[in-house]
Amino acid sequence: MLAKRIIPCLDVRDGKVVKGVQFRNHEIIGDIVPLAQKYAQAGADELVFYDITASSDDRVVDKSWVSRIAQVIDIPFCVAGGIKTEEDAKQILMMGADKISINSPALRDPSLISRLADIFGQQCIVVGVDSFFNQDANNGAGEYQVYQFTGDETRTQKTKWRTLDWIQEVQRLGAGEIVLNCMNQDGVRQGYDIKQLSQVRKLCNVPLIASGGAGKISHFVDVFQQADVDGALAASVFHKAIIAMDELKQTLKNEKVEIRLC
Amino acid sequence: MSENPQANFVIVDTGCANLASVKFAVERLGFTITISDDTHVIKNADKVILPGVGSARHAMENIRAKGLVATLQQLTQPVLGFCLGMQLMARSSAEGVGKDEVVECLGLIPTDIRPLEAKTLRLPHMGWNTLTQVSDHAIFTGIKVDDYFYFVHSFAAPISEYTVARCHYGSEFSAAIAKDNFIGCQFHPERSSALGSKIIKNFLEM
Repeated sequence: MLAKRIIPCLDVRDGKVVKGVQFRNHEIIGDIVPLAQKYAQAGADELVFYDITASSDDRVVDKSWVSRIAQVIDIPFCVAGGIKTEEDAKQILMMGADKISINSPALRDPSLISRLADIFGQQCIVVGVDSFFNQDANNGAGEYQVYQFTGDETRTQKTKWRTLDWIQEVQRLGAGEIVLNCMNQDGVRQGYDIKQLSQVRKLCNVPLIASGGAGKISHFVDVFQQADVDGALAASVFHKAIIAMDELKQTLKNEKVEIRLC
Repeated sequence: MSENPQANFVIVDTGCANLASVKFAVERLGFTITISDDTHVIKNADKVILPGVGSARHAMENIRAKGLVATLQQLTQPVLGFCLGMQLMARSSAEGVGKDEVVECLGLIPTDIRPLEAKTLRLPHMGWNTLTQVSDHAIFTGIKVDDYFYFVHSFAAPISEYTVARCHYGSEFSAAIAKDNFIGCQFHPERSSALGSKIIKNFLEM
């Protein structure tokens, strides 16, 4: 059976792994390559590297670390941040990344998704969606809305898209996987946004990865059992050693979640 | 380090994107390997790896443009295809073209790549899945049923007499196919942790 995936996420800024709370106050966690190696050896199923400064700074950042990661790890990894063109994507994939994830550039030019999928194959095109539940929207009934430039809080802005509409649009355009980052939950470790993920799941026929909110092992059990996501992404619980990979995976196995034990 | 440092291993430069990760996987095992699209270099290799990601149509266009079709078809040394590289070994593929059309592939293994019949399951088939059957082919030494490998695909080779390993996702399909000196894995050995490395090592030491 296809296993559910546990995906440590490493936010990268200037070649260092950082972590902020609700996208703010980034602190340095450590160097990328040894951290990547550590997670691969611990039994992570995949890794995601978000270059969080890239999209909002409107610059091409040094990506040589991609190649250094590809040299040392033997599990798949995805690179996000600053990929705006076919040429950007080609460079990252040529350095050894398995997938690329686009977020703000896809909002600016949705056809980018189709062009990338056509050249590199749907399977390596991930679309990241930063979604915020806006209580005041929709005449006070609340609404999930898509945000962009979330790497830099001074430039973070709401887009015209409702999350559920954008989820359908990116699939139509050729996204091979969707990472849904639930911004209200990000970094506060109170659990994944099961309610939102369940709604998105109903409309999502490609792999769906939950992001934002993991704080303890039961949160992973809940998100797999209740929202039927394909993978769960988390950062601080792994970086701060709040959750051990082997204990997490064994617990999921005991809870009858299909998982690859290492 | 390699027991046979003189061995000459080559990765075919198909113009696809995962060449580096395949090269790194071989190098982590202590072997050296060359990436090349030079027909002379490929013909003279002891072992050849045919990687690939993306669509069959694009990859075959690249291979034709590089003038490599005949060279690859005439190889007599062991050749290992990964993922799309495996699919290119087939006669044809339905990927990257309109309905009722197919892309002509290298025709090294007489099977045809079709959409994966995932039934109600989501596509692409992406992630770690188990093998449901494993033959005694030399590259599977030390590999058994229920071992996990990393798959990323929406098209697959159906079960046939050339199937040497099986996987199940909505329906059963070929996790690996082989004929004569050609073998292809649908999964990505270079991204399948220790067991994937084992398969690459088995191949290079065959």
